[in-house]
Amino acid sequence: MDEALLRSLTPGVLAVLVRRGADFAAAEDAVQDALVEALRVWPADPPRDAKGWLVTVAWRKFLDQTRADTARRRREDRVEEEPAAGPAPAVDDTLQLYFLCAHPSLTPSSAVALTLRAVGGLTTRQIARAYLVPEATMAQRISRAKRTVSGVRFDQPGDVATVLRVLYLVFNEGYSGDVDLAAEAVRLTRQLAAVVDHPEVSGLLALMLLHHARRAARTAPDGGLIPLAEQDRGRWDTRLIAEGVAILQAALARDRLGEFQAQAAIAALHADAPTAEETDWVQIVEWYDELARLTGSPVVRLNRAVAVGEADGPRAGLAALAELDTDLPRHTAVAAYLHERDGDLATAARLYAEAAHKAPNLAERDHLTRQAARLNSRSDRRN
Amino acid sequence: MAKYLLLKHYRGAPAAVNDVPMEQWTPEEISAHMQYMRDFADRLVQTGEYVDGQALAPEGTWVRYDGEGRPPVTDGPFAETKDLIAGWMVIDVDSHERAVELAGELSAAPGAGGKPIHEWLELRPFYAASPTDADCHASG
Repeated sequence: MDEALLRSLTPGVLAVLVRRGADFAAAEDAVQDALVEALRVWPADPPRDAKGWLVTVAWRKFLDQTRADTARRRREDRVEEEPAAGPAPAVDDTLQLYFLCAHPSLTPSSAVALTLRAVGGLTTRQIARAYLVPEATMAQRISRAKRTVSGVRFDQPGDVATVLRVLYLVFNEGYSGDVDLAAEAVRLTRQLAAVVDHPEVSGLLALMLLHHARRAARTAPDGGLIPLAEQDRGRWDTRLIAEGVAILQAALARDRLGEFQAQAAIAALHADAPTAEETDWVQIVEWYDELARLTGSPVVRLNRAVAVGEADGPRAGLAALAELDTDLPRHTAVAAYLHERDGDLATAARLYAEAAHKAPNLAERDHLTRQAARLNSRSDRRN
Repeated sequence: MAKYLLLKHYRGAPAAVNDVPMEQWTPEEISAHMQYMRDFADRLVQTGEYVDGQALAPEGTWVRYDGEGRPPVTDGPFAETKDLIAGWMVIDVDSHERAVELAGELSAAPGAGGKPIHEWLELRPFYAASPTDADCHASG
């Protein structure tokens, strides 16, 4: 049985229950129970109508739970068993679920967890493993998130930008545990692009596909980081690149530029270059200018300094860097790289070592330490 | 979504405000302290922020490799070791500010006289997940 296919039915099934009048938290639990049941029963006895089967089983689970609750509160009002006719959906139900799970009242980690469960159909255990926290902790995070959004009306329009930020967070978490979160983020963004027509959704999908295409080339057999310029481009996934570029071109043609489209455009220019030397850095600098205008982000201007260093030479890059706050994350790493390109190997080695000390993750720390060691051993040999 | 380690020291941290050794507390004060720690951990499970917590025995052994075919050398414990870890808690929170807030709460655990210890806890961030391609770009 294709688990991804099963999970792709999750938001639709959940939406049916909510439209029939079930409250979101109870409906979500019932759908999880139905998914578990499907995994158990379907291999031996696959249904003809998978979604219909899930709706029937989830609704039964919901009623069972409601009856149990009602029995506990004997003197309280009885719950109607017949499905109430919900309001006609103004916006696609799946889209509403994305909005609800990325609601601005949720913290980023809650929004991520709820999206992965209610929209992605992952189990609490899978999400807990992916984020390396105990299952009980993740279960609480999800149930609190559900309580937080329980008062939100299901037919309220939401903001696509908040949904995109949540999906981008999931994508960047990469791969840990038994769930490939990057692949899951791609799947959820694809599903979102199918229900909403928005150039930034396309932009994010294109960005993810273009980055995902390089994944095999990004990590050395020993787990070390391989920077873009040194990657074996023959290992890039050309099918994903072609798809990403096509989606991006269609989005850009609509002339409603946003930050994800601009980031994807930069990724596409890298993907276009047969070798690192043939990269069109002049155009990349122009896209960084657009991106800086759209976001005002200092991190963008830091990346721009790298691109300027490639387009106009390391001195120009260092001049661009000099305009930026030295406290920015990775500022020292960029300075080290530009000094190396400029031929000042002693300064570069010192800055690489300093940057390694400040690195935000292990892979970068090790990479920067190796850069420092490479330069240090080179000057040793000369002495 | 960042993990932090809260480190509690037997030795090596700056002196607490309410700095009375535990053996000089009343049994009730010790019970109240333990209950506070348990309640704190339970509350973090409820908020979806708890990852792990462990306490360590104070006496440890130093071990090192001593060459091919030889058993490892052991030594210690060394009374003069400046830094002695008593235990830790790992939390998974949305921000550094939240981590500081929780460490502050843990440091308020009651001690002698039922008053907060104001103990210094060391807060250390875990390395984040591996970077994306965009990040590699900036690291040269």
